[in-house]
Amino acid sequence: MTLNSKIPAGKLESKWKDYKSTCKLVNPANKRQLEVIVIGTGLAGASAAASLGEMGYKVKTFCFQDSPRRAHSIAAQGGINAAKNYQNDGDSTYRLFYDTIKGGDYRSREGNVYRLAEVSASIIDQCVAQGVPFAREYGGLLSNRSFGGTQVQRTFYAAGQTGQQLLIGAYQALERQVALGNVTQYSRHEMLDIVMVDGKARGIIARDLVTGKLERFFGHAVLLCSGGYGNVFYLSTNAMGSNVTAAWKAHKKGAYFGNPCYTQIHPTCIPVSGDHQSKLTLMSESLRNDGRIWVPKKQGDTRKASDIPEEERDYYLERRYPAFGNLVPRDVASRAAKERCDAGYGVGSSKMAVYLDFAAAIERYGKIEVNKQSIENADAAKIRELGEGVVKEKYGNLFEMYEKITGEDPYKLPMRIYPAVHYTMGGLWVDYELQTNIPGLYALGEANFSDHGANRLGASALMQGLADGYFVVPYTLGNNLADDIRTKAIPIDHPAFVAAEKEVSDRINRLMNIKGKESVESFHKRLGKIMWDKCGMARNEKGLKEAIEEIKALRKEFWGNVFIPGDINEFNPELDKAGRVADFLELGELMCLDALNRNESCGGHFREEYQTEEGEALRDDEHYMYVAAWEYKGDSQYELHKESLDYEVVHPSARSYK
Amino acid sequence: MEHYTMNLTLKVWKQKNKNEKGRFETYPVKGISSEMSFLEMFDVLNEQLVAEGKEPIAFDHDCREGICGACSMYINGRAHGPWHNTTTCQLHMRQYKDGDTIVVEPWRANSFPVIKDLVVDRSSFDRIIQAGGYISVNTGNAVDANSLPIEKQKADESFAAAACIGCGACVAACPNASAMLFVSAKVSHLALLPQGDPERKTRAVNMVEQMDKEGFGSCTNIGACEAECPKGISLENIARLNREYIGSVFSGSSDKA
Repeated sequence: MTLNSKIPAGKLESKWKDYKSTCKLVNPANKRQLEVIVIGTGLAGASAAASLGEMGYKVKTFCFQDSPRRAHSIAAQGGINAAKNYQNDGDSTYRLFYDTIKGGDYRSREGNVYRLAEVSASIIDQCVAQGVPFAREYGGLLSNRSFGGTQVQRTFYAAGQTGQQLLIGAYQALERQVALGNVTQYSRHEMLDIVMVDGKARGIIARDLVTGKLERFFGHAVLLCSGGYGNVFYLSTNAMGSNVTAAWKAHKKGAYFGNPCYTQIHPTCIPVSGDHQSKLTLMSESLRNDGRIWVPKKQGDTRKASDIPEEERDYYLERRYPAFGNLVPRDVASRAAKERCDAGYGVGSSKMAVYLDFAAAIERYGKIEVNKQSIENADAAKIRELGEGVVKEKYGNLFEMYEKITGEDPYKLPMRIYPAVHYTMGGLWVDYELQTNIPGLYALGEANFSDHGANRLGASALMQGLADGYFVVPYTLGNNLADDIRTKAIPIDHPAFVAAEKEVSDRINRLMNIKGKESVESFHKRLGKIMWDKCGMARNEKGLKEAIEEIKALRKEFWGNVFIPGDINEFNPELDKAGRVADFLELGELMCLDALNRNESCGGHFREEYQTEEGEALRDDEHYMYVAAWEYKGDSQYELHKESLDYEVVHPSARSYK
Repeated sequence: MEHYTMNLTLKVWKQKNKNEKGRFETYPVKGISSEMSFLEMFDVLNEQLVAEGKEPIAFDHDCREGICGACSMYINGRAHGPWHNTTTCQLHMRQYKDGDTIVVEPWRANSFPVIKDLVVDRSSFDRIIQAGGYISVNTGNAVDANSLPIEKQKADESFAAAACIGCGACVAACPNASAMLFVSAKVSHLALLPQGDPERKTRAVNMVEQMDKEGFGSCTNIGACEAECPKGISLENIARLNREYIGSVFSGSSDKA
């Protein structure tokens, strides 16, 4: 099967406009007959479901949480990008497009990324209209800040709770459609398989997580908005429940998985404190607007941060990347932190941390306030107090979170941070219409692979989730469903539904009947360790080959020795988790396989064998300028399909932030 | 900061499902580090139970960053435990010392029936939002975001109300199990913005009506909700809701009034 990305012909800037003007439409009477299933209610899922409900489709939403409002988009902190150029600093659709392509290390599609940049401005308009309380200036206009990998201020934000505010906006729009009867909402439900009829996705099997019962649902189309798979590493900034199951089930039914090895390791997270650690907490990238990252110049320096004089500190990002300084993209910042720690310059008790220091910013802001308020003869303490006030207004909730977790006051001591798994650029392969290679099956938001290439820029995940849900899929779905208006709802006693449910039920029974000795949690931790050590921030051929064998062995052990307490037909979180970990145990192998295949370094994928003398990622455009789309062919059997990336406008070059 | 380990006694509410009666069970837990979060302490206990072939304690949790609103434990008589402005997941064990006994219950409210152990059903909150907690604007109709300047102070106040995470601690803390703080936070968030103005009267009335229908108790100005709210949602929102509500009932402009 050849992969057709369906990028419209024509000039880059007119592709989406032309598509919208010529795509097929579905009339209102027919929309009422067409049913759409949406899996996941984060930014992509909630915005898609609300928009499709408004348009008149019959929508069903599913989430495993107790309410759609709890999807993990809620935890996004820093902001959302949009090419508004409100700051008059030279921003434009093209610049956002270019920054995103370059940030992704030239491994994404020009057509998709341009569309993303193009609709970004409408997202902000839509959110404001819904009542999202973005930060504002005294003049009443919207405020912006900078994020990594850019030289303009295009990030809109709501303190450190931007994801929460955007998700609540989408959730409210969704609940309005529920009240109007256009959307039916199924919370505490987990999708466990896709139902295929005549080669098309026509429904799902879901499990009611309260009763444990399996249920069948028909849809003319199925939209997977189920997020990323960072929890394959066990420790990540994802929520505890975030999982790959929906996407993986689709993959096993034939949907190709694109670039599974592209993982984003976020540079600024609170370091691991011990074996009990259940998750890692991000400290927003927005902190790098004002925080300076450093380590001591002396190896193994055990002095307190405050005792190390300025000239004995190494602000290594400012030193290595003067043009972007502390605001280099995430992959670059993460590798630089790892390099310093591995070389013995790390700080804190574990020595696996670097400092993120606000002292200079507090002083700078304090002096500005003194001037503003015309205070004469302000002493250092007064300047500090005023400066802390400004920093508190900008990042207060993040500082509070840091203090609760670590017990240290970041206004007085520099934060200790270290990189952690945060986001997965890989995901289900989709074409320009966000449709997978299975007709009727779509993937939106982090669940697809499409827009971020090998590295996502900060504040672009929220943008992509909402772009897909509010502004892309409402057009592209109609273009395909226009051919489906004569398809009547398929009864759920159709043999395809019966067979799919039996398959799901058999697997659950098999899991419960293992009755082994080791907990699900323990297997998950062991998988996470293999992934982090051998398929994490730095990868090499030997390690990846070992990891593949280790994962296979661990999977075998899991299916022979896992213990799941409780029963099937009841509320049983251990069983829910067992199913998810079983899928991670398969995905992990594919990630390693993909990383092994890609004999180059690009973005978040860093192969130790392929680096410049200065330790920067070394791409191989001649051989690897393609999307690796993997087809499932049976246990440990995957076939690679390549979609070549053709750059018509941007000329890929060595990515430099120096 | 000095770290230490401790042994604790936990008394936890166990309840098989919403129809069966629940009871407290006592569990000893050993070797808890002061660096753990409260939920990580539960992870340790649950791993211990699974190792003994027993069923672990069910509790809601997801983001573990204090923002999703899933976690919901009533700890020694306080919603989300003793720390101010803190969810259960952000409470850390350095609060406790060796030998402590900790009692953990689910949210107690008729409108939040227990599903299992510490897990309750909060879908009533979704239905309250469905009754009017939104601005009726379809996708694709919005004007340029900066064409509508909003006074910074108003925007900040609106944001402060919008910080509600829908966890239900306000209900659990209230002796009447009132949901007024939750409802008022949403009404305030939207009423303070010009975009929310056209629907503000019907919104207040419809949301309050749904709250009553769900069986939440009435507000008698006790203030426990504000004290226990992990996001610091202010009682001023309840005063604002009362004004909005009375205003719309007496102006007769609400379609429900």
